[in-house]
Amino acid sequence: MPSLDIRNLCVSIGEKPILKDFSLSLPKGEVHAIMGPNGTGKSTLAKALAGHEDYTITGGEVFLDGELLLGLEPEARAKLGLFLAFQYPCEIPGVSIANFLRAASQARLPEGQEVAAVEFYKKLHGKMDALKMDRKFTARSLNEGFSGGERKRCEILQMMMLEPKYAIMDETDSGLDIDALKIVAQGVNLMRGPELGVLVITHYQRLLDYIVPDKVHVMWDGRIVKSGGKELAFELEAKGYDWVSKELAPSAKN
Amino acid sequence: MSVTLAETPAPVAATSPALEAVFQAELAQAREPKWLADSRREAWTRANLDGKISESGIVVGKSDERWRFSGHKGWSLEGALRAKNKYAGKLPDIFAGGHPLDCAGKLTYADDILAAQTPVSAELARQGVIFLPLAEAIAKHPELVREHLFKHDHALGGGKFLALHQAYARAGTFLYVPDNVEVPATFFVTHWAATPGAALFPHTLIIAGANATVNFLDYFGSVNTTSEAWVAGAATIIAGSGARVFRKSVQNLNGHTLSYQDDTVICGRDSDVRNIAVHLGAQRARYESYSKLNGPGSNLELCALTIASGRQEFDQRTFQDHAAPRAKSNLLYKNALLDESRTIFAGMIRVEPGAEETDAYQQNRNLLLNPAAEADSLPGLEIQNQNVRCTHGATTSRLDPEELFYLRSRGLPKNTAYQLLVFGFFEEVIQRVENEALAELLRKLAREKFGK
Ligand SMILES: Nc1ncnc2c1ncn2[C@@H]1O[C@H](COP(=O)(O)OP(=O)(O)O)[C@@H](O)[C@H]1O
Ligand SMILES: [Mg+2]
Repeated sequence: MPSLDIRNLCVSIGEKPILKDFSLSLPKGEVHAIMGPNGTGKSTLAKALAGHEDYTITGGEVFLDGELLLGLEPEARAKLGLFLAFQYPCEIPGVSIANFLRAASQARLPEGQEVAAVEFYKKLHGKMDALKMDRKFTARSLNEGFSGGERKRCEILQMMMLEPKYAIMDETDSGLDIDALKIVAQGVNLMRGPELGVLVITHYQRLLDYIVPDKVHVMWDGRIVKSGGKELAFELEAKGYDWVSKELAPSAKN
Repeated sequence: MSVTLAETPAPVAATSPALEAVFQAELAQAREPKWLADSRREAWTRANLDGKISESGIVVGKSDERWRFSGHKGWSLEGALRAKNKYAGKLPDIFAGGHPLDCAGKLTYADDILAAQTPVSAELARQGVIFLPLAEAIAKHPELVREHLFKHDHALGGGKFLALHQAYARAGTFLYVPDNVEVPATFFVTHWAATPGAALFPHTLIIAGANATVNFLDYFGSVNTTSEAWVAGAATIIAGSGARVFRKSVQNLNGHTLSYQDDTVICGRDSDVRNIAVHLGAQRARYESYSKLNGPGSNLELCALTIASGRQEFDQRTFQDHAAPRAKSNLLYKNALLDESRTIFAGMIRVEPGAEETDAYQQNRNLLLNPAAEADSLPGLEIQNQNVRCTHGATTSRLDPEELFYLRSRGLPKNTAYQLLVFGFFEEVIQRVENEALAELLRKLAREKFGK
């Protein structure tokens, strides 16, 4: 079955090991949630998968629909169908959302083929409407001067435009008020289907009320310590991360 | 009115007999009014003071702080000559194939010789707009020209160049827009360096009456990529009360040209003046910008974009002189440096004693695209008044790897991502020209600098 298959992944930042023998299989068509406290390595996982050069892979393998992901340039991973919605998307002055997305769409076309402008804008405006984004945003520099919520919405817009096979959403819910959260969740739910696998990274259970996951994984100290159905999120919410550190973590190490 | 040599005041021995001969010959041929001929002789004398001008160059003092960091000491004049014949080749159309520029009038020079001219409409002429080649304006409107021509001098270091310019400058533009006349279309002037070894002295004089609106574009280019040239140009912009003047200049001379450019801006009461300069060409280019906020409540925006490549050197000196209360000035100079290029920015804000409630801002931002490139920055303030707000700053940075990663993670190849970021750096200035034709041209010229 097509999947994003992470096997025994070990990742260090400098000399410091962050991900320790991390394994997870995300079948296409499913939505999985990863929950875990701050500093446990969730963003490290996301960025290492996307190919950030600060993260050193010290072991393990990742397959995207059977293709080796590790070792590829970030742009090659994107073209294979991986998308990362960043926890902290950076500002890109002077590069408008429209131009940027057009260049990104262009990069996915075979040599010699051009993005058709009319269709492109039609699609872009359609997605913006769905996310209740003002169309004026297309001319604005990417993330420059955006509020936290606007940035996250812009990440989802990019995801909707680029139509990945696997999307990792790194704390897309943080910094969103409840209305924005609903809009973002609605955008993701629109995309849900047999052609997309989603890894939702979150700190809180709240987002999962709106994007209902097929599976929930609890992460602690660089690895998954418990997996279960969506009810695991409620259990975690009720028992707190203390429960993870005291009960789940020790048993997972054995 | 002709001037004979007999009327010449006590001559000063020029360092170079050859240059002296050219100067005298052009002066005699021009048959200018006495005040102007006198002024040219005086300028010629100044240019020759200290024996520091000759065919082999203009020497700038090693100890002169205003030339600090400047890489070379002499500006060679060797081989520089005044073109005698009209350039016979076809001159390029810089807007060809792109958005057309909406022009109020056009002048085209090659080697300081008028090549083409589109006068203003009958309607603008009826409203009193004067847009003429400088030499023609001197003949037809001597008193109006006399009031403003070569009146402003400053001490940013290029005095000798300016003196030389004043001695020779006959090519260029005289623009007078009377009170309350608004011209939204652009006055567009092009100066081409064509003949190998040509020396050019292009001049621009813009006078905007009270509440007038003026848009102006100067373009300096070379007809080929191989001919050497020597260009010493100057522009003076005088904005009357409440005038809105927007002047843009593009220096895109070829890589064998030495370019000196001087901009002087005088802002009247409540005027709104913008001067945007784009520097792409020349082997070495020195740009001096002196602005005087002379009228209370005036508002000035100074902007520059420089793309330096190869071994180009761009040396920029600016002075924001606040002489009146409640005036605002905002300077943003952005430099992108490739290869082994160099840029120098030295800026000064002076707030004179009476200039209460001054709001002055100065920023120089350098983007280093190669470790071998070098950007020097010397921001400065001189405040003789307490009740003011002045800020200045300079940053030199490389492309942010996080931004690069962000774009690449969306599937953009490294090169494309790199270019988007670099062009993003330019956009802040390009968008400020608020003219689609020019913005498009600037993007095209910028791409050419990156070899595509
Ligand atoms: N660039 C970095 N340099 C050094 N340490 C880092 C860096 N980024 C993250 N870390 C460390 O790695 C660990 C995991 O961080 P992160 O993956 O951001 O966690 P999470 O996303 O789960 O909050 C933390 O201890 C953090 O301090
Ligand atoms: Mg994180």
